[in-house]
Amino acid sequence: MSDEISNEVLFDLHRRMVRIRRFEETAGKMMEDGKIPGALHLYVGEEAVATGVMAHLSNQDQITSTHRGHGHLIAKGGAFDRMFAELFGRATGYCKGKGGSMHISNMELGMLGANGIVGGGPPIAMGAGFSNKFRKTDNVAVCFFGDGASNEGSFHEAANMAALYKLPVLFVCENNGYGEYTPQANHQAIVDVADRAQGYGMPGVIVDGMDVIAVYEAAGEAIARARAGEGPTLLECKTYRYYDHVGVRGMGLTYRTDEEVEEWQKKDPIDQFETRLAEQGILSAEAAQAVHDEVLAEIDKAIKFAEDSPYPEPEAVLEDVYA
Amino acid sequence: MAEAQQVQARTLPYVAAITEGIRAVMLEQDNAFIAGEDVAGAGGVYGYYNGLLKEFGPERVYDTPISEEGIVGLGVGAAATGCRPIIDLMFMDFLGECMDEVANQLAKMRYMFGGAATLPVTMLTMAGAGMSLAAQHSQSLEAWLCHLPGLKLVAPTTPYDAKGLIIAAARDDNPVIVMLNKMSLAIQGEVPEEAYAIPLGKANIVRPGSNYTIVAIGRMMHEALKAADQLAELGIDAEVIDPRTLQPFDTATVVESVKKTHRALIVHEAVRFGGFGGEIAAQIQEDAFDYLDAPVARVGAPFSPVPFSPALEQHYIPNAERIVAEAKKQLGL
Repeated sequence: MSDEISNEVLFDLHRRMVRIRRFEETAGKMMEDGKIPGALHLYVGEEAVATGVMAHLSNQDQITSTHRGHGHLIAKGGAFDRMFAELFGRATGYCKGKGGSMHISNMELGMLGANGIVGGGPPIAMGAGFSNKFRKTDNVAVCFFGDGASNEGSFHEAANMAALYKLPVLFVCENNGYGEYTPQANHQAIVDVADRAQGYGMPGVIVDGMDVIAVYEAAGEAIARARAGEGPTLLECKTYRYYDHVGVRGMGLTYRTDEEVEEWQKKDPIDQFETRLAEQGILSAEAAQAVHDEVLAEIDKAIKFAEDSPYPEPEAVLEDVYA
Repeated sequence: MAEAQQVQARTLPYVAAITEGIRAVMLEQDNAFIAGEDVAGAGGVYGYYNGLLKEFGPERVYDTPISEEGIVGLGVGAAATGCRPIIDLMFMDFLGECMDEVANQLAKMRYMFGGAATLPVTMLTMAGAGMSLAAQHSQSLEAWLCHLPGLKLVAPTTPYDAKGLIIAAARDDNPVIVMLNKMSLAIQGEVPEEAYAIPLGKANIVRPGSNYTIVAIGRMMHEALKAADQLAELGIDAEVIDPRTLQPFDTATVVESVKKTHRALIVHEAVRFGGFGGEIAAQIQEDAFDYLDAPVARVGAPFSPVPFSPALEQHYIPNAERIVAEAKKQLGL
């Protein structure tokens, strides 16, 4: 662990990961209980990626997310109450109940949306990066996408254009080893998505996506490079989702083994980080537990807010189609 | 021509009016830029970006790679973060290369985000047959786009309308697609020097008439005017309406006309089956059924891809003769 990272940052990284984990575990249960309509793609297991990247961003920096987008919004500063309200389809949700899990977003936080289309985000992030440069800001646009999306033409067009125009963009590949239900070896002939960076003329960097400090340091370098006008980077984070592509079932799946899941869980990003912080005397087990408890209390309040919130009126169906 | 005061109207070809419209937008909007294939150095394949790189510089006029999904995505991301992009889709047929960005991102982002995103994107694209460019460079695909809530679509076919609708599109805070027509490029007409906007969603009664209504989309307006002259010799006084904006569609103007004339014919260059004319016909029968003396007639292209050979293509594209023939059938003449 780097000596240069302040305790303040370490605590912040820890809290962001805990917030994601606890939110997702709770949302998963509520979906199982029938309280959340539609489909949920949970981020459990991948928390270190969103956290390590987002710790470098301000609200003026933009991100595009994926169908697995709750973690990105939480790491970017999303409020639980408005998130649960959106998942419940309430008028007080971030999207007034029009988007749900797959389109959750908040423009004020620079969160340009989860996306129901695999590969939907990269061209939009490239456009936001173009805008940052055109408007002469030092803001960065970060595009989260998966190993599956790296096979979409939209990713290739966006990567080429971002490199061509030297845009302040960071492409963060969350390689969780599966494109939906298909193992990586069955959907692409390469092992490292970062290899593709060379084809666009940008650096490709690989990090352990279960290690929040590794992600934080690598993302920091790439973001500094982007802010300095040196162009985009492709940062590949090797990670894993504990649950199924959609929903909360993790074990007993036909397309992967339980042993594989257990191996990855031994490298759990939060357990691993808490152990290191305790060993270094930075955060005791009790203090870490207190963070979990605080977050859980916040979740309880947020659910109450969401449950007490009204559904949108039927007339709202025709609102916001046009400006 | 109520929209402009015509202080200094000159006669210009459609292609030059397009350029004037874009130039006016670039002058009045600091956060507007142009991006598309071959738009900077080459001035566009049909030349309507000529001179704009020189005037506005490489920081506002960008050649892009041949990456239509990237171009539209650039427009979406830049518009959502404070720019007013003018993007170019060289041929409307290339919608196939970028339909996800158009249909799922550009059209829906505002709605999906509960109104929090504003996407003032103007997308220019070239449609239409007549140059022997065959099946993949000649289509009129307005029906694809009018079916997508969140988008607006205009289809100018005169120099005056081209300039005024491009300016209106760029001033609008919604994504607006400007469907240009390649056989209109050389058409001459009066164009005021000043910047003026033609209201979106407002049809133009090009030729007033008393007992027959022709609704003509895009370049078919010119064929409809010729048809109206021929029908006049048969004692039919046809009113010709150019909707100009297809989405949102000005149903009221069309219905009002039909209530007066009791007959309607719709003509577009697109394939007739499943074409936008079917929707117009439905709107008319919903709002003016009791006024109709005959079923609404439609003229469009046959149900085939656009053929290459001039002999076939000229047969394929609707024209004044086909409009007259269909009208006579409907009128029992």
